[in-house]
Amino acid sequence: MKLTDKIPRMLIYIGLVFWAVINLFPVYWMFTFSLKNNDEIFGENVAGLPQNWIWSNYTEALKTGNMGKYFLNSGIVAVATILITLAVALMATFALTRLIWKRRKTLNKFFMLGLTIPIHASIVPIYVTLSRLHLLNTYLALIIPYAAFSLSMAILVCTGFMNAIPRELDEAACIDGCGVWGIFLRVIVPLMKPAVATVGIYTFLQCWNELMFANIFISKTALKTLPVGIQALSGQYTTAWGPIGAALVVATFPTLFIYVFLSKRIQDSFVAGAVKG
Amino acid sequence: MKKLYSNKGHILLFLIPAIILFCGILIAPIVMSGYYSFFDWDGLGEKTFIGFSNYIDLFTSNRIGFMKALGNSLVLALLSVGLQLPLALGLALVLGKGIKGERIFLSIFFMPVLISTVVIGQLWLKIYNPDYGILNVLLRSLGLESWTRMWLGLRETALGAVFIPTLWQYVGYHMLLLYAGVKSVPKELREAAMLDGAKDSQINRYIVLPYIKPIIRISVIFAVTGSLKSFDLIYVLTNGGPFHSTEVPSTLMIDMLFLRNRYGMGSAIAVLLIILCFAFALIINRVFKEEE
Repeated sequence: MKLTDKIPRMLIYIGLVFWAVINLFPVYWMFTFSLKNNDEIFGENVAGLPQNWIWSNYTEALKTGNMGKYFLNSGIVAVATILITLAVALMATFALTRLIWKRRKTLNKFFMLGLTIPIHASIVPIYVTLSRLHLLNTYLALIIPYAAFSLSMAILVCTGFMNAIPRELDEAACIDGCGVWGIFLRVIVPLMKPAVATVGIYTFLQCWNELMFANIFISKTALKTLPVGIQALSGQYTTAWGPIGAALVVATFPTLFIYVFLSKRIQDSFVAGAVKG
Repeated sequence: MKKLYSNKGHILLFLIPAIILFCGILIAPIVMSGYYSFFDWDGLGEKTFIGFSNYIDLFTSNRIGFMKALGNSLVLALLSVGLQLPLALGLALVLGKGIKGERIFLSIFFMPVLISTVVIGQLWLKIYNPDYGILNVLLRSLGLESWTRMWLGLRETALGAVFIPTLWQYVGYHMLLLYAGVKSVPKELREAAMLDGAKDSQINRYIVLPYIKPIIRISVIFAVTGSLKSFDLIYVLTNGGPFHSTEVPSTLMIDMLFLRNRYGMGSAIAVLLIILCFAFALIINRVFKEEE
């Protein structure tokens, strides 16, 4: 390779590495200051690795700061939302791709409208309805709206995968005496594992990070999810940064953990949702 | 088989949960928001029908500051389209061409998208902290003491300071979409151009960019509607302050609803937001069509 080719190539790599550092640095900084005391954070050792690893920041965040509780709440809400979204979306997709009736294309388009509707649109009526039904400050107040707003994306992903399942399998199961539910539960659903994984991860990320609904529908400490909980915590610990750093790490760790193992699938799900939506 | 799959009862049974959930939580509330927006209502007492007054107030009253909020979100939209997208496009073109470490760079650049916006907001609050934040510390250590600021506390710098974390978080998202587009350019096209002696820049300009235009259009739509709807980061960083210098329609809406109990007005903002998002999406689509 000639020198004239090498220099632009070098510059490109320098640019990429520079941007990678900008992306990674705040996260690195978060991990390090979650283990430091204020003296280190505020002067002695701003950006380096911690000199004394103060794990008590984590116990403080988890116990005194209620992060353990918030983490559990986020987990409960996410898991319930994923299960409901998947069940409802798989059933609907089955009717939309397999069952035979007029206007199924129209209904599919109707469901796809949901990809463009912002959550702002529904916040007042949902709040009013939840408060009339005395459902504010319950897990359901988050689970049901989250599931509804994940539905369009879930149907979109499931449709792609379900169309790829050969119809001969349905025929064979039918001849073997399966009913509609038998075909759905014993033939189709077991073959939908990749779709289930994609929808599951995507929905998880949406619920885990959601702030607006969670902030408004939940005010009891015992029921707060992570994003709202962190907001509350940062109000309590304005001067002690260590425990806040620990709280941020606790909230971020599961996401990054999943990402490390499933980066390609996560990226694909984001592309699918955007390009078709 | 056909008979089995045409059974109306089954069809209904499979569809009903989705239809109830979708209509109950997404469709009906939009209609209700539209209805509430014509009333003066505190959420509890009697509703008073006031026609378009809420909308007229939003557009004419300086005290409410909706126009200011809308202006701020349009500034954010402009910054997104002008800074964030070119950066994302540049990264996508470089990575999409296929270079060593492509996957690793892609994964790193996309990572901020997955982190909760609240976490990112809290992190940047610390970065911007006037006394101990890493930004001012860095400036001081470079001898640029005079450059240090209360970044989020000053009217002049707050909006810019709110935009930077947005840029930081979402460049990766747009990059990923555009990258997927660049990757979908048929290899033969690229190879043919290379055989004809085209340089990289020419290939990008005459082959890749026209090919991924539909995705650029989607990115522009997302950048603009995303800015109009922006809430999380601003709520965490400034909650619209100081002196409404970072107020956006969503923060104003939440204010109306839950601080001032003006449900009619809040609903009017929600309705306007939806209309604006759809309008901008249509306009952007039209602009891209006309260019073809």
